[in-house]
Amino acid sequence: MDLRYTPAQQAFRAEVRDWLRANAPKESFASYDTREGFEQHRQWEATLSSAGFSSLTWPKELGGRGSNLIEWLIFEEEYWAIDAPQRVNQNGILLFGPTMMEFGTPEQKARFLPRTARSDDMWAQGWSEPNAGSDMAAISSKAIRDGDHYVVNGQKIWSTRAVFANWLFGLFRSDPNSFRHHGLTYLLVPLDAPGITIRPIRALNGKDAFAEIFFDNVRVPVENRLGDEGQGWHVAMATAGFERGLLLRSPARYQRTAQKLVQLYRKHQATADRDPSIREAVNRAWMGAEAYTLASYHTVAKLAQGGSIGAEASTNKIFWSELDLLLHETALRILGARAELVDDAETHDWLEGFLFAQAGPIYAGSNEIQRNIIAERVLGMPKA
Amino acid sequence: MEFTFTQDQMAFRDSVSRFLMTEAPPELLREIWETDAGRSPELREKIAAQGLTGLSVPEAEGGLGLGDVDWALMTQELGYYAIPDSLVDVAYIAAGMLAALPEGHAARGEWLPRIVDGSARIAVGHPINPWVADAHLADLLLLPHATAQGLELHAVPASAAQVSTQRSIDASRRLSSVQWQPGDATRIADGAAGQVLWDEALERGALCVAGQLVGLAQHMLDMTVDYAGQRKQFGKPIGAFQAVKHHLADVFTAIEFAKPVLYRAAAALATKDASTSARIAHAKLVCGEAALLAARKGIQVHGAMGYTWEVDLQMFMKRAWALNAAWGDRAFHQERLSAALLADQAPLGPGATFH
Repeated sequence: MDLRYTPAQQAFRAEVRDWLRANAPKESFASYDTREGFEQHRQWEATLSSAGFSSLTWPKELGGRGSNLIEWLIFEEEYWAIDAPQRVNQNGILLFGPTMMEFGTPEQKARFLPRTARSDDMWAQGWSEPNAGSDMAAISSKAIRDGDHYVVNGQKIWSTRAVFANWLFGLFRSDPNSFRHHGLTYLLVPLDAPGITIRPIRALNGKDAFAEIFFDNVRVPVENRLGDEGQGWHVAMATAGFERGLLLRSPARYQRTAQKLVQLYRKHQATADRDPSIREAVNRAWMGAEAYTLASYHTVAKLAQGGSIGAEASTNKIFWSELDLLLHETALRILGARAELVDDAETHDWLEGFLFAQAGPIYAGSNEIQRNIIAERVLGMPKA
Repeated sequence: MEFTFTQDQMAFRDSVSRFLMTEAPPELLREIWETDAGRSPELREKIAAQGLTGLSVPEAEGGLGLGDVDWALMTQELGYYAIPDSLVDVAYIAAGMLAALPEGHAARGEWLPRIVDGSARIAVGHPINPWVADAHLADLLLLPHATAQGLELHAVPASAAQVSTQRSIDASRRLSSVQWQPGDATRIADGAAGQVLWDEALERGALCVAGQLVGLAQHMLDMTVDYAGQRKQFGKPIGAFQAVKHHLADVFTAIEFAKPVLYRAAAALATKDASTSARIAHAKLVCGEAALLAARKGIQVHGAMGYTWEVDLQMFMKRAWALNAAWGDRAFHQERLSAALLADQAPLGPGATFH
């Protein structure tokens, strides 16, 4: 157990800090759930990419820096410490990119990965359907082979920021007689293709944060297939693993929020202490953020020793999503009656974060599904 | 940066685990607990023969010279097998206090070798604990005496202490009030030096209970997963039901997020990091929560069987309930943590975890 950063790691931290100080936007952007804000955030991703920071764990030749996971943790710490903008292309960088690296042909990698690293292409997810949510194997949207194209029909839903994205990756049923996770194919679909209709769905924050997508005889070239026909479930599961794993929510995000919560409590302590349980909730929130950080460093060290991400993917998802709720609920309790004021300068961010935290236990595999995974795959409990 | 254990440390942990699995099964604990003294000299001899009593004693004095980080693994194993208090109190806490005395101090030469060979039982009467654990069998008691300069450390032979013992809900615990008179003959560290030793003993005691609580949680989880796989209702194992699965997934998650906190706290203590008391408070709180959750969910899933004296779960639950308030109750550790978080210039936020 060596808890000192190496000189190389310290130098990396200094480099990130200096670069962010020189390049991070001074003014805050509009919400990335708006067209204007989405474009601001997309351009910031391109700036990050110019230094290789946008997709820093990707290989250098694909637009990253080839960073290891300790460097990723360091980068995230520096990034969140200065309240740099939200990351708008996580779908492309964390979900699509690694899947493409694992399953793509050389031609596909050359075509898609550099553009994704630079955020020239912005990706939406095409997993959920009205009748396929937690039960993703119930997908019924079809992609029927017709010569060198697939003809896609059906509907996808809950696709985050799909109104603003230009590409979609998703799962479609290529064998109409197949059942459950068989006969599915993973396709990359340009969102400006004829036959696609994107209808925004207004989210809890009042913005068009996600969308439903209708496919009406959309012709998708066969070269846009990732992996083999009928192997889509296997390809998608790899992506789901990345998402639930380490990278989707870095610990620094919660440490920063916990730090602000402690500051908020100190500022309003006289009124907050009328409810003695608030002080304990502040403790609990800080402990959660710190535990998540320590668990991440521990996992990274085990990976470096040759381990793999298994149960951590599911325990992490449960832990950070519940922690995010606790952090924001506690802040709103401290703010008391003011907490409902949407335009109040002190309240605004906490309220936005509180609304977004409501989604945490639902997206990226609901926490109920994660508990099933832990029980069956880690504890070895019998299948239902 | 490498926040994990070496292969050697893990191998040592595994060998301790195998040894305790064989030598300290629940049937044996049940037998021991029903004796008056509540201890087994035979088990202690076997433990000493394995070198486990000498873990913290410096190599020059016959021990293995291991530190707090190693104990973070050891205490989990001792908790898993519900080994009674006297072993950690002697081998970790008392050994740590005596080994921190100046080189050549008479008490070191007299007691450290006896800790190594397993012939001495030493009780530690830290003021955080209202009663002294295992004073009834102790050859020596380490006791505090308050002065204006701090807490003196006294080494009191059993013959000079009057002990009256009370029963605990955890039948493996023997808690005593101790009557004694401080004097020049018993003082082994003055107020200034003694206070440092007592402060360190508090951190070590809390850390050592935290490790045991995680071990207890893990054992209760393992027992309950087994039971849920065997017990059938509605024609299938109850573990196939989602309500039961989710109880135990929550216990697993609590344990997984308590362990790294325990490890960071142990490393802080080993390096005398300024964040030590906050990190140990954190570890004690979350390890206790994991154990209480494992107990609560454990008895629920065991159903009526869990409420019986016969099923082993009770021994582990009761030990978890008792240890949760030992070496500082939850309020004590909440307050320590709160004081650290709310201090001016407290190191919080991204990047502060390993500074």
